[in-house]
Amino acid sequence: MAKQIRIALRNCGIIDPERIEDYIARDGYQSLGKVLYTLSPGETIEIIKKSGLRGRGGGGFPTGLKWEITSKVKSDQKYVVCNADEGDPGAFMDRSILEGDPHSVLEAMAINGYCTGASKGLIYIRAEYPLAVERLKIAMKQATQYGLLGDDILGSSFSFDIEIRYGAGAFVCGEETALIHSMEGLRGEPTIKPPFPSESGYQGKPTNVNNVETYANIPVIINKGAEWFAGIGTERSKGTKVFALAGKVKYVGLAEVPMGTTLREVIYEIGGGIVNDKGFKAVQTGGPSGGCLTAKHLDLPIDYDNLIEAGSMMGSGGMIVMDEDDCMVAIAKFYLEFTVEESCGKCSPCRIGNKRLFELLEKVTKGEGTIEHIDKLRNLGKVIKDTSLCGLGQSSPNPVLSTIENFYDEYIEHVINKKCSSGVCKSLMQYLIIPDKCIGCTLCARNCPVNAISGDRKQVHLIDQEKCIKCGACLEKCKFSAIYIN
Amino acid sequence: MTKILSLDELKKLQMEQKSILEARSDKSHPECIIQIKVTMATCGIASGSRPVLDFIKSELEKRNIPAFVSQTGCMSYCYAEPTVEVTVPGKEPVVFGYVTLKKADEIIERYIRKGEPVEGIIPVNFETIDTK
Repeated sequence: MAKQIRIALRNCGIIDPERIEDYIARDGYQSLGKVLYTLSPGETIEIIKKSGLRGRGGGGFPTGLKWEITSKVKSDQKYVVCNADEGDPGAFMDRSILEGDPHSVLEAMAINGYCTGASKGLIYIRAEYPLAVERLKIAMKQATQYGLLGDDILGSSFSFDIEIRYGAGAFVCGEETALIHSMEGLRGEPTIKPPFPSESGYQGKPTNVNNVETYANIPVIINKGAEWFAGIGTERSKGTKVFALAGKVKYVGLAEVPMGTTLREVIYEIGGGIVNDKGFKAVQTGGPSGGCLTAKHLDLPIDYDNLIEAGSMMGSGGMIVMDEDDCMVAIAKFYLEFTVEESCGKCSPCRIGNKRLFELLEKVTKGEGTIEHIDKLRNLGKVIKDTSLCGLGQSSPNPVLSTIENFYDEYIEHVINKKCSSGVCKSLMQYLIIPDKCIGCTLCARNCPVNAISGDRKQVHLIDQEKCIKCGACLEKCKFSAIYIN
Repeated sequence: MTKILSLDELKKLQMEQKSILEARSDKSHPECIIQIKVTMATCGIASGSRPVLDFIKSELEKRNIPAFVSQTGCMSYCYAEPTVEVTVPGKEPVVFGYVTLKKADEIIERYIRKGEPVEGIIPVNFETIDTK
């Protein structure tokens, strides 16, 4: 049974991305033509508004409204920006769209330029995506040769061209104000909104910033109509969403599903279930800004509002599945480590708060935590969320808060019993020798890299827990299954 | 390439390009030909799709099998890269996963030349906007 509908990915894997003619054969640039010749900017914006499309980069702001705001601000120059700074660990939908169907983004940016009154487009893309950059360049060249970009597009009086700007890979530069500063050659740091980029963005001019996947939907909406698009999805989230399904699922890959599809359908029907048929434990949506959802959320229809209510978020569409072998405290620590690294350091709640949050988590995973530490994690997390300057800090405690909420028992196990039943937190593990099984062959002692195992030949051996680095070499070498992990 | 100067010209170009594509799959058309698409997105290339593409191109020529071979973006089966889609005229397109050079050879020799079934086909699990 097909669960997927490909809208943003309509041409990915079908056309040759380096041949504009393939794109044109599949309705490419027809929407741009339709808009330029038969619709006014206002009418076009009305279609986007009616379609119910919301930003696919994470926030879920209504796209039509954003376009309308940018179009209404009066200015001699405006800019259209494509945010291709995909930075979530484990997310790759934007890259796939740019590599597989670059023209869909170019066409949508031109449509946006017509609607908002901008003549210049900028694509902010990370330099780590060399193939996407190359295909974009080829696409831009071909579109210009056909007169689909540049002066007097399709013989109309509308002119629009696009430039590429490279990002150095900072996560915070996915935040629109930081992205704009980075494009201006300044430090990639966010600034307080308002003013929103729609009013004052690149070089102080009105700037419309949308994500790759958002743009990829636009030509189809214009072509097939707002009602068609709004007929897919849930009441408040329309259309489809591309998810990068990764982690412990059998079929890692992209999945474009209508809004309202349940997590179970995505993970079990499209993803094929958990690798090695292990038990499902959690699914992380929204990357470092999102949260971990559990088995009880499996039948939750995915849309912007439901995910936020459940303590996670849509984010850009990363979906990382975890099985029973994953330790949720360690997962929270992993994401926080990422945020600490990527925090730009401008505001103190994010710079200092996340660092302290990380240290607390480290204590918990080392067995030095107490029950008070859990309360502290919770309180500090909330303070960081409430007081940080930009979306990065406002969402960075989400993995911690959601795992405390949904996997409280695991935190308790770490701080009270000093145990990690998933066997991930090495400090809480002990390698022990079963005296009845040990025959004193000395193999383990000879293989221990830190000489932590003592014992005479044909005598029961002993592991010195102080010296043991938990490398597991002894367990691997023992031929008599005399070593176990506590 | 000449500049397209009106909506009509764009529509005309679309029709031309569409008929080229359709002719390739239309059994009654003289331009009808076997079509092979190799996934050449980052995921595919990283898994080795470039040598597969080169191999398919050169082997088809060596074995005198006329076919239209092209590259394409991600087909979204990242777990099974490299993936190759083969459309034999008169048959539904099929996508093969985990295509090594050995597998590519099997596809050319058995699936394409002899019309025998070959294992490793990924079932289609999505609807396109053309059908929706």
